[in-house]
Amino acid sequence: MSTHFQEDEILGKAYDARLMRRLLRYVRPYRAVVLVSVLLLLLAAAADLVGPYFVKVAIDRYIRTGDLGGVARISVFYLLTLLAGVTVRYGQNYITQSVGQRVMYDLRMELFTHLQRLAVAFYTRNPVGRLMTRITNDIDALYEMVTSGVVTVFGDFFMLAGIIVAMLLLNWRLALVAFVVVPALVGMTVWFSVRSRESYRAIRIRIARINTYLNENIMGMPIAQLFNRERRNFARFDELNRDHLGSHLQAIRSFALFFPSVGFISAVATALLIWYGGGQVVQNAVTLGVLVAFIQYTERFFRPVQDLAEKYNILQSAMASSERIFRILDEPLSVADSVDPVPLARVRGEVEFSDVWFAYPAAEHAGGDGATPRPRTGEPPLPDGTDEWVLKGVSFHIRAGESVAFVGHTGAGKTSIINLITRFYDPQRGQVQVDGVDVRRYPQRDLRRHVGLVLQDVFLFSGTIASNIRLGNTEISDEEVARAAEFVNAHRFIERLPNGYATEVTERGSTLSAGQRQLIAFARAISHNPEILLVLDEATSSVDTETEILIQDALTKVLRGRTSSIIAHRLSTIQNVDRIIVIHKGRIVEAGTHRELLARGGIYTKLYQLQYRDQELRIPKPVAGAE
Amino acid sequence: MSPRLLSYILRHRRSYLIGFLLGVLSSVLLMLDPVVLRLAVDSIGGRIGPRVLLGYAGLLVAIHLAVWGLRYYWRLIILGASRRIEYEIRNDYFAHLQRMHLAYFQHTRTGDLMTRAVSDLNTVQRSAGPGIMHFFGTIVSSIIAIGFMLSIDARLTLFMLITLPLVSVTFIVLGPMIHRRYESVQDQFSTISAKAQENFSGIRVVKAFAQEPYEIDEFARLNTEYIRRNLSVIKVDGALWPLMMFFIGLSSMVLLWQGGQAVITGRITLGQFVQFNGYLALLAWPMIALGWVVNLMQRGLASMKRLDEVFAQKPKIVDAPDARPLAMATGEIEFRGVSVAYNGARVLQDIHLRIPAGATVAIVGPTGAGKSTLVGLIPRLFDVTQGEVRIDGVDVRRWRLADLRRHIGFVPQDTFLFSDTLRENIAYGMETTDGHRVEEAAEISRLAADVADFPHRYDTVLGERGVTLSGGQRQRAAIARAVARDPRILILDDALSSVDTSTEEQILTRLRTVLATRTAIVISHRISTVRYADQIVVLDDGRIVERGTHDELLARRGLYADLYDKQLLEEELEEADVDS
Repeated sequence: MSTHFQEDEILGKAYDARLMRRLLRYVRPYRAVVLVSVLLLLLAAAADLVGPYFVKVAIDRYIRTGDLGGVARISVFYLLTLLAGVTVRYGQNYITQSVGQRVMYDLRMELFTHLQRLAVAFYTRNPVGRLMTRITNDIDALYEMVTSGVVTVFGDFFMLAGIIVAMLLLNWRLALVAFVVVPALVGMTVWFSVRSRESYRAIRIRIARINTYLNENIMGMPIAQLFNRERRNFARFDELNRDHLGSHLQAIRSFALFFPSVGFISAVATALLIWYGGGQVVQNAVTLGVLVAFIQYTERFFRPVQDLAEKYNILQSAMASSERIFRILDEPLSVADSVDPVPLARVRGEVEFSDVWFAYPAAEHAGGDGATPRPRTGEPPLPDGTDEWVLKGVSFHIRAGESVAFVGHTGAGKTSIINLITRFYDPQRGQVQVDGVDVRRYPQRDLRRHVGLVLQDVFLFSGTIASNIRLGNTEISDEEVARAAEFVNAHRFIERLPNGYATEVTERGSTLSAGQRQLIAFARAISHNPEILLVLDEATSSVDTETEILIQDALTKVLRGRTSSIIAHRLSTIQNVDRIIVIHKGRIVEAGTHRELLARGGIYTKLYQLQYRDQELRIPKPVAGAE
Repeated sequence: MSPRLLSYILRHRRSYLIGFLLGVLSSVLLMLDPVVLRLAVDSIGGRIGPRVLLGYAGLLVAIHLAVWGLRYYWRLIILGASRRIEYEIRNDYFAHLQRMHLAYFQHTRTGDLMTRAVSDLNTVQRSAGPGIMHFFGTIVSSIIAIGFMLSIDARLTLFMLITLPLVSVTFIVLGPMIHRRYESVQDQFSTISAKAQENFSGIRVVKAFAQEPYEIDEFARLNTEYIRRNLSVIKVDGALWPLMMFFIGLSSMVLLWQGGQAVITGRITLGQFVQFNGYLALLAWPMIALGWVVNLMQRGLASMKRLDEVFAQKPKIVDAPDARPLAMATGEIEFRGVSVAYNGARVLQDIHLRIPAGATVAIVGPTGAGKSTLVGLIPRLFDVTQGEVRIDGVDVRRWRLADLRRHIGFVPQDTFLFSDTLRENIAYGMETTDGHRVEEAAEISRLAADVADFPHRYDTVLGERGVTLSGGQRQRAAIARAVARDPRILILDDALSSVDTSTEEQILTRLRTVLATRTAIVISHRISTVRYADQIVVLDDGRIVERGTHDELLARRGLYADLYDKQLLEEELEEADVDS
């Protein structure tokens, strides 16, 4: 939240040709419609301009000659132009804004699609909040630019040019007299737009400070209260608040000056017209109707000038937003499909790691605890931007249909093995092969369609239970969903829910217990019928005994006859798999069955005592601190 | 009208009154402008010399010069008052939040409190400033203009009274329609945001099940709906301005038609016709503003209601009426039959615990056992449901909150640091920023060595604008913050969990000298942290299940001993080196 407020403070320049060209590319598909919109804008401006002209004609031609019918006729014409004007302007508004909407749609979809292709590493680097701002607020800023920026700028120019031309055509001498005030008007407007831009910026910075401070103090209120900071924090808040008030009062001064000044300048123009124009009328050089029309035209001169001055702010924030959006669109795909991918239609389910070295991209922080880790002797140099090898030359082979459990202490590298098989990450050295082919050569989608994943943190999407099992895969029928649920012992509890499979899952599944969510995750994986199953089953919060039995049974069933690698939390699991591989500090240290490993009395034995023995002794609840 | 808002406005009644008078005066003057126009036009028809014309021109400039001055102050005073009201409400809002209890913040989303302080307050300000200003401005201008118009010709005035208000009516009718449709756009916007957030948070599942195409389709569907709703806003919103322009145009057309005829039939002069046109021009903007203002006022009142809801919340943990100012003498803590229930669930059950002044007590136990609640009772983050917590023999609820908390150094489980300099963060609870004590505290918490590496040492700004500390550094800074205020009672709520074991050992060694004269409560999962405590209390499910010294508890072979065995194994694993 605070990020959100602070990013707004940073504003760049208002116009950047490179960004503008790139932005205009999104408008290009709609250029015909934009053209129509500009034409309508011309018409609307014209309809606006004829009003004073009608008054002139009415006065000179009909009122002064006493032609009642003439007045009625010209009034009808006037009404018709008004009706035409309202129609054209409405049409123009609608067209312009719908183009803006489409452009926004295209850009948002492009951004989202690109984000879907970016690797998991990108998401660990970028907080969700930041991505959200890109896809919502930044895109809206561009929308404003397209609708009220690009198109209406034309409109204002037409209007100004139209008024100038109309006045010159009616009477160029009188026009020049009226234009005497133009330098004052432009000067005033420029002064005001500069001032208001400065005040606007000053206000934004101050309101951002207030918001950041308020946000932080709401979140840290217990600390403030514990440390008796109320009075001092209030004084600080008051200071920020007062500063904000000051900048507003400053801004009000220029606002309060501008609007009356515009009125005054326009009155001066009118006075000039009365003085000079009146004399001309007396001398019969100008008709009275022209004079009245001129007075009306000068009144209309001011709005487009003001409008143009305001466009600057819109452009500025749009440029900043587009820069941020393009930065994501330019983000390269770190895990990309190979140029000549090998299609993966049928999978036997053989998995092989050969001398795999892997390190995660480093998190960004100032200084870690203690010294920066360096590779030890005998280890390859660390790739740029990484902290530490997580896997150090890991090699193993899982036969088709074999179930293997990975066991190790926290941080040993178990999860990384799963991350590499699914290609969430690519290893820096060595190879991961499925059915004898490097996973990097398969299209990611093909690979993942055959590899099922059950994650420790069961992520439920908003939707129904059924939609959470089949996800977007409409090929999975309701019967298959139910069969999968039945297979993993989830069917019974789902049926007892108020709407069965159609029950809505709320707020990340808070209506379901942790155990039930796990069962749904199994059903999800099984319904997609993967040849290779990866299970991350680390310690979760307490599961009641009944559900625990169901989960153990489900686990046993899903592992049977399927290539599976599992990070095991449950004793029953490690007792049932074909083979256990023990990872310690990034290396494979032991392998074998549960009995064999226990007999060896090595690291596995200690791990067993630490992580699994409780379950054998039936101590109800693991004491915190063991995780 | 909310009584609260009214009281803020009344506080500035002088400004509003003066502003109102200035507004009336300027409106009267402004309405003289068309009169001068009429005189000029009529005299031009009568063939009068240039000097008279110059006089009229001069008069016009003089009128507008006066209007210019009056309107400047009119805006300055009323808009200024509304900004001062905004300032006062914001301050009061903050002060109110400062008095609220911890549980309130646990149950209220920060985002919600922020929205009220930001956008609702903004709406309130706009209705108290431009809203009130234009509302009265329009009414006064209209009355004066109608008066002038009536004095010329009642029939024409009647026509104007029919057509001109249509401008305001347009806004009053379409405004709420636009607002409603816009709210449905906002709903969809939230749906899109929620979808994007869900997708980004669950990206691993999305990728693992190759759901990208489906997710993109789904997003496209929501996005299409978003556009559809936006277009439905545009359908109405796009008509607003053209329609208002149309009605203004219609008024001038009717004036041209009826007024032209009136001039021809000699009911009014040409000058008076021009004068009418002048009123039309002067009333166009106020008519637009009136519609806008009516909507603004409605929304302003709704926003004020939302602010009032926050103000209506009463702080639950406050000084008792007979609270005593106390200086803490020894720091002896006693829990007497303390039970805490939270939303009907039992968190603590009948706790009896006496901590002699200067003693160190450690609390261990599984997550959710009630450890944090227990220590939170001491500085009154929570209050007991039953029983009492005494300090120096006095129930904490009879202390003055400020006095009580002044003597406690608290290091909470979730480290919260402020985006300020490191020095300010460590000195957060000190009466004055004493540089020496800050550094001493950093030394005790083993942060000093890290600080030496920071770009601006103690003046380094933390958080997004400065350096991001690691979890361990944050915890050590929080310990320094608590130690720096030189408290009688020090509470560490799992405050060393992100610190590695050797640093922990160093911190504890230094702390023990500090703690020798103070009462301390230490919550930890690590045996190494708690083993030297004078007394160790094992909490499980809200009850004390074991208590004693390290050796006594080991001998009992209970929960504590089990914890100990496991940590020994962990250490052995840490040390097992596979390379050798």
